[in-house]
Amino acid sequence: MKNGPLSLLFHSLVVAFMLAPLVVVCLVAFTPTDTLQVPWGDYSLRWFRAVFAHGDMVQSFWNSLGVALVAATLAVLLAIPAGLAIARLDFPGRQALNGLLMSPLIVPHLVLGVAMLRLFALLGVRGSSMWLTLAHVVIITPYALRLMVSALAGSDRSIEQAAQSLGASRWTTFRRITLPLMLPGITGGWMLAFINSFDEVTMSIFITSPQTVTLPVRMYMLATESIDPMLAAVSALIVGLTAAVMLLLDRLYGLDKVLVGQQ
Amino acid sequence: MKPGRTLPYALVSPALALFALMVLLPLALTALLSFQRFSYDTGVQDGFTLSTYANMLGDSYYWEVFGRTAWIALLTTLLCVLIGAPEAYILSRMGAPWRSIFLLVILAPLLVSVVVRAFGWGLVLGPTGFVNQFLEWVGIGRVRMLYTPIAVVVALVHVMLPFMVIPVWTSLQKLDPQVENAALSLGASRFTVWRRVVLPQVTPGLLSGGLIVFALSASALAIPGLLGGRRIKMVATLIYDEYLHELNWPLGAAIALALLVVNLAVMLATNAVLEGNYRKRMG
Amino acid sequence: MSFLVLEGLSKSYGDVHALIDMNLAVERGEFVGLLGPSGCGKTTTLQALAGFVQATRGRIVLDGRDITDVPPNQRGLGIVFQSYALFPHMTVAQNVAFGLEMRQVSRSERERRVGRMLELVHLDELAARYPRELSGGQRQRVAVARALVIEPPMLLLDEPLSNLDAKLREAMQFELRRIQRKLGTTTLMVTHDQAEALSISDRVVVMHAGRVQQIDAPHRLYEHPQSRFISSFVGKTNLLRATVRGGQLELAPGLRVPLGNSGGAHAAEGSVVTVCLRPEKLAFADGAEGRLAVRVEERFFLGSQWLYRVSSALGELEVSCANDGRPPHPEQATAQLTWPDDVARVLPPEPDA
Repeated sequence: MKNGPLSLLFHSLVVAFMLAPLVVVCLVAFTPTDTLQVPWGDYSLRWFRAVFAHGDMVQSFWNSLGVALVAATLAVLLAIPAGLAIARLDFPGRQALNGLLMSPLIVPHLVLGVAMLRLFALLGVRGSSMWLTLAHVVIITPYALRLMVSALAGSDRSIEQAAQSLGASRWTTFRRITLPLMLPGITGGWMLAFINSFDEVTMSIFITSPQTVTLPVRMYMLATESIDPMLAAVSALIVGLTAAVMLLLDRLYGLDKVLVGQQ
Repeated sequence: MKPGRTLPYALVSPALALFALMVLLPLALTALLSFQRFSYDTGVQDGFTLSTYANMLGDSYYWEVFGRTAWIALLTTLLCVLIGAPEAYILSRMGAPWRSIFLLVILAPLLVSVVVRAFGWGLVLGPTGFVNQFLEWVGIGRVRMLYTPIAVVVALVHVMLPFMVIPVWTSLQKLDPQVENAALSLGASRFTVWRRVVLPQVTPGLLSGGLIVFALSASALAIPGLLGGRRIKMVATLIYDEYLHELNWPLGAAIALALLVVNLAVMLATNAVLEGNYRKRMG
Repeated sequence: MSFLVLEGLSKSYGDVHALIDMNLAVERGEFVGLLGPSGCGKTTTLQALAGFVQATRGRIVLDGRDITDVPPNQRGLGIVFQSYALFPHMTVAQNVAFGLEMRQVSRSERERRVGRMLELVHLDELAARYPRELSGGQRQRVAVARALVIEPPMLLLDEPLSNLDAKLREAMQFELRRIQRKLGTTTLMVTHDQAEALSISDRVVVMHAGRVQQIDAPHRLYEHPQSRFISSFVGKTNLLRATVRGGQLELAPGLRVPLGNSGGAHAAEGSVVTVCLRPEKLAFADGAEGRLAVRVEERFFLGSQWLYRVSSALGELEVSCANDGRPPHPEQATAQLTWPDDVARVLPPEPDA
């Protein structure tokens, strides 16, 4: 059954709605003027130069990048064994554990943010980038874990039995058979975790300190004070980075599988 | 081969340890915090008190904020259902490759930071933004959208729409087209097929999508923070104020816990409906 | 001393008894079929043999060695799984070579043995392909090659042909037997398809509800079933009641057949027994004289045979005739049925349920 013209019109409006803010922000980033306008004809890179000259902004970018790289890697390293246990072994408490590891998807980041703020204050670690990174690990582990578990659930358990019957020890079976089968889930999970850490703002607002401010938090702080096209340029850069990660994710794993889940 | 009894626990222990430390412990500490005394001179003190909760529940200002948050979240959810469900349906009726392309177009904004998206809407809905330019061109004149609930709801719908499309899309994918054909062959009209065959199977997707959208909207911070301004306070910005400006942490904690409890209650209620009506029937 | 001995092998999951007191002795080089409907315990037997399931009781002795508690990766058995379980990220050659790698066989020796095995199963052209590029039949042959290249003391086949379509299945049955005969590997095959079990096994073990019902060569199993279940699960049957009178079976007043070697010699005079008459043993009598008058109710054309449902004084019977070119009996026609003296089988009395 095909879509009628009314449906397609509705659909085009929805698509325009979804893309509008992103497109506008990327266009405004190129404005030569001091005000937030879409440039007609005259394009300028002055605001991008301003971004790279803005010390705080550049520092925040490195903060975000560093935190995201480390957090994504840690999240995947935690998710591999946990995913194996949850998907392949049956043990008391399995459901509860799965629920706990997925809980950051249900508990608002806002609540997690203030909760961790309290913890950090009591421990005296508010300026620590290590603790910030650990907080990010918690937030992004569910994404990595979900992909890991679905990769394992989708593969045939008898493949591992076959390897054992041919003489492979449990470690060899994991290394030569299970791990390669999980690889798409691992790379996809890493990238999804990375981008979610890089983007995270709601929790980070509460637990970053002046030294550890991440890029989205810096943007939020500046946007509440003043609106200038430099923020559009930062936004355009973030959109560009996201698009690059999305392309990679699509190549390696399949973006629709990542976002919608394997059917 | 039976792996040892300890193997599963060994595998999950790193993740479990981290989560116990960074999720369970902080939440417990926050719960405790909400019962502690606070004064503007000396800050947080030891000692148990229910006055924080009493103040919160007794003050109409807070109820106003809760109320505003609730209606904005409900409106967002409603709009997401009205826009997202038909869109998912239209997508499912497209052929390859358009279907995958547009699915990505709708879902990809999920991966862009919410700050960027909120900022983008600020540009689109601002006094010199596209929408106002269009309205001037048609003769209606400028409409104030920024720093009103309009901008907040629009941006929330933009951010939440994918969370509605995904579960509805998933439900639609599970539909067996033969079932619809069977209904037609037995004499049902197209509308009846839609109402009695398609809709009941899609409703679980609508419910779980609605739940996610409501919960996320109620706890949204960046969007009301950037687009709502000082007058449109929602629960999240209220908590932000208490923690980072007023430094009244016990109050902030109380509000945060109230939000968490409401979220969990709505989730349990929705799950109960899902389990009761739909799991039984459709597995 | 038999090559493989299962002694009192049992497996229970709480109150569910999947396998009850199984005793089996398999000789070296034998091809044994484990036959039964789903839930009969045949798969549990295989899993216990392979080591993926820990037996609750009993022993498994292979070539003199007690392997009951040995982990699966040290038993050295060749297993062909129902889903084939090929490693999707490895080529055909790499799949087949895996077991040799685990045994630290040198690369040149591995290549030699893999090459020989692929030739044996006619897959040498496809050595560099991946499983997803192969058809079902080809994947099955890879699975067989992978299990045999390690020269295992025993080969276990778990419903190896159930995923193939009918024509391919037939061809593969004989292919499997050919390979097994050539290599002389002792083989145990699990299947629910009785035609398959009968056609290629040296002996068949029929299982039902966790227990062994009968162990026999295919022909003996078919001709002398030891229970109602076996007589109807293996082949088709007509089950009739008869009374033993004076060295004969009285199927109905006036209709007697000699006891002969029907297996009813031990039955007491006057006792009532169950008799199994196979449809292909019954024939329509040319001319008017036969043992039993019948009326044709329905008939089905099966290509090489005609299957008739007839009604008679003994009840409804099934008769199967070869399609030998003679015109078939029309429906509603009456006819006479006859059968040779020694084809009736008396079934042993059922144990009390």
